[in-house]
Amino acid sequence: MADPSTIPLAHHFEDQEQQHETTAIGMWAFLLSEVMFFGGLFTAYLVYRNRYPEAFLEASGKLDVTLGTLNTAVLIGSSLTMALAVRAAHMGSRGGVVRWLLATIIAAGIFLGVKAVEYSHKFHDGLVPGANYAFKGTASADTELFFALYFGATGMHALHMVIGVGLMAVVAWRWRPNNVVQHPDGVEVLGLYWHFVDLVWIFLFPLLYLLGRHV
Amino acid sequence: MNPLTVTAVPKPKRNFWNHDFSVKSWLLTEDHKRIGILYLLSITLFFFLGGVMAVLIRLELLTPAGDLVQAETYNKLFTMHGVVMVFFFLLPSIPAVFGNFLLPLMLGARDLAFPKLNLLSWYIYMVGGVFTLFVVFKGGVDTGWTFYTPYSSTYANSHVIAAALGIFITGFSSILTGVNFIATIHKMRAPGLTWFRLPLFVWSHYATSLIMVLGTPVVAITIVLVALERLFRLGVFDPELGGDPLLFQHLFWFYSHPAVYIMILPGMGVISEIIACFSRKRIFGYRFVAFSSMAIAALGFLVWGHHMFTTGQSVFASLVFSLLTFLVAIPSAIKVFNWTATLYKGSISFSTPMLYALGFIGLFAIGGLTGLFLGCLGLDIHVHDTYFIVAHFHYVMVGGMVMAFLGAIHFWWPKMTGFMYSEFLAKIAAAIIFVGFNMTFFPQFVLGYLGMPRRYHVYPEEFQVLNVLSTAGASILGFGFLLPAFYLIYSLKAGRRAGPDPWQAKGLEWTVDSPPHPHNFETVPVVTEGAYEYGPEEVKRG
Ligand SMILES: [Cu+2]
Repeated sequence: MADPSTIPLAHHFEDQEQQHETTAIGMWAFLLSEVMFFGGLFTAYLVYRNRYPEAFLEASGKLDVTLGTLNTAVLIGSSLTMALAVRAAHMGSRGGVVRWLLATIIAAGIFLGVKAVEYSHKFHDGLVPGANYAFKGTASADTELFFALYFGATGMHALHMVIGVGLMAVVAWRWRPNNVVQHPDGVEVLGLYWHFVDLVWIFLFPLLYLLGRHV
Repeated sequence: MNPLTVTAVPKPKRNFWNHDFSVKSWLLTEDHKRIGILYLLSITLFFFLGGVMAVLIRLELLTPAGDLVQAETYNKLFTMHGVVMVFFFLLPSIPAVFGNFLLPLMLGARDLAFPKLNLLSWYIYMVGGVFTLFVVFKGGVDTGWTFYTPYSSTYANSHVIAAALGIFITGFSSILTGVNFIATIHKMRAPGLTWFRLPLFVWSHYATSLIMVLGTPVVAITIVLVALERLFRLGVFDPELGGDPLLFQHLFWFYSHPAVYIMILPGMGVISEIIACFSRKRIFGYRFVAFSSMAIAALGFLVWGHHMFTTGQSVFASLVFSLLTFLVAIPSAIKVFNWTATLYKGSISFSTPMLYALGFIGLFAIGGLTGLFLGCLGLDIHVHDTYFIVAHFHYVMVGGMVMAFLGAIHFWWPKMTGFMYSEFLAKIAAAIIFVGFNMTFFPQFVLGYLGMPRRYHVYPEEFQVLNVLSTAGASILGFGFLLPAFYLIYSLKAGRRAGPDPWQAKGLEWTVDSPPHPHNFETVPVVTEGAYEYGPEEVKRG
């Protein structure tokens, strides 16, 4: 463990324990808020999937399951590297924190890169809602809604990842060797946030990609 | 003897105003008290901006014909009035100003849990405000503050995206404030300050914070979808593309009904503090009042469908929403009854804050009870989208929240500034506001019941008498609102020194200097008794 006496304590806290618990509870409250944010999107998805089951089934077939599965694996891997960064922070290993955060950033970069490839395929196939929408199939009219929700939900998810990458970069920079001692709470709540982003994808992946795969 | 020592004025104690005067020290402050003051200045600005629009609306309605403004301008006026007042005044008013200023003081803490986040909230609020000001000066938005689709997403030719962005951004300030309050109330309480020793102001802010955290993100994503729909023809709310405009209403009211409680719960907290202090009594049924705040927050999430009785939603759904709406009346009534019971045999003094508190109880009761009219499936069909509902929510928002806000500012002004205002002028202003308010909005109940629809700039001639009455009342109300701005500012120049506890009130915030030291408490206080221990001997003394 890092020497507790060197870990910084903000002026308005009594002790490390209070500071730690307060930070954690704040992050959990924020994540509750995030759950409700994505909850709005999931509600819209459920409403329309129930209304247009065939269209959703058919549209889901146009998504690239291979790339989706690859991304799921990458993201779960990034949760592991993030957990290792948190562990390194608690052990006071600056090198460990920086290395594992960089690994997480690279994983996030791969995920976003694959996502960009998928988006560009959809664009070429005319599957982006709007004036150039050109779905070929039997239930074409309502498939546009599926893709609207696909882009809406995965776009919001990707935005959360970009924000996460930005935060990781800042935290990694602060933990560079020969900077002043940093508080492990910072890495810990960043970890909570990242696991949440991961979890959102764990729900999005089956709902969007795996619809009807069982038939 | 050195003559200098005779003439020298004693140096004022170090407090959060005078420890640093630079502009930078204000713009980068992490002190919850200074951030509260920043919010006070900004929401006052937006209040007067929204007020100007209200004045124009009332002037137009002075005559049956549309003579002052065109229909399009009128649509923009009531929309911007609603947007500015709801999102930039009412929602942040008591939590962001008094919650910020008072929570750490009431809890015996040196600051909120996350001071930097608190400052960030204010900046986010201001960025959202700049978007809204931009919309105002570019010609406004005409969808109504409710942004109903598909008009807002497809047909409106006004600045919907910019206005939506402004609201979206401010929403984050609200979420971060909620997160900050929740963490603070959980973890920053002084030793001995258990949950049931907390002032009811803290309980109501806890309930409010939960709504902020759980509700605001839903309206945020909804507004994003509206903006995306306008930009890219996304179709989620567009019936032409298979989308459902009613889904928008469900998502919108899922937030916007609980948002009413974001506006009123902090006000109820203020009223509990004031009633206890000026009755010199414990709040009757403290735990009931505390839990009623939580009950209002929880039930508030289950009643949104009462805004949609006329949209063709299933009768069964309407029935359930109607029943749940009636249930919310129970915790609200518990509060009103318990305040009244607190007054009973109290040693009551009618200081200005108390006048506002009593005004709140009466006006909120009217606003709340007329809400039950609207929750009735049959009656709602008759008064839906008429002036009845306009009157109803102004009784709750202005008669309730604004009265509570004014009560709060008169109660804690001495704590914030260290000065007493003119009690005489303040009482006159309170009376003018009370008369002006009722004269403005009571006729609107009648107008609505007689069938005058809201959101029109012309109306049949038979409605003119009541409209003239309403406009006359509005001018009195407007004058009443200007008065405090003058005598409060004047008190900074000529006011009597307040001392730590000018009202002999209980509560940790009254144990520190007025204005408080930058770090609030020199030593962390230890709490040994519940809130409002005014005690029986005090009542006898009165
Ligand atoms: Cu409602």
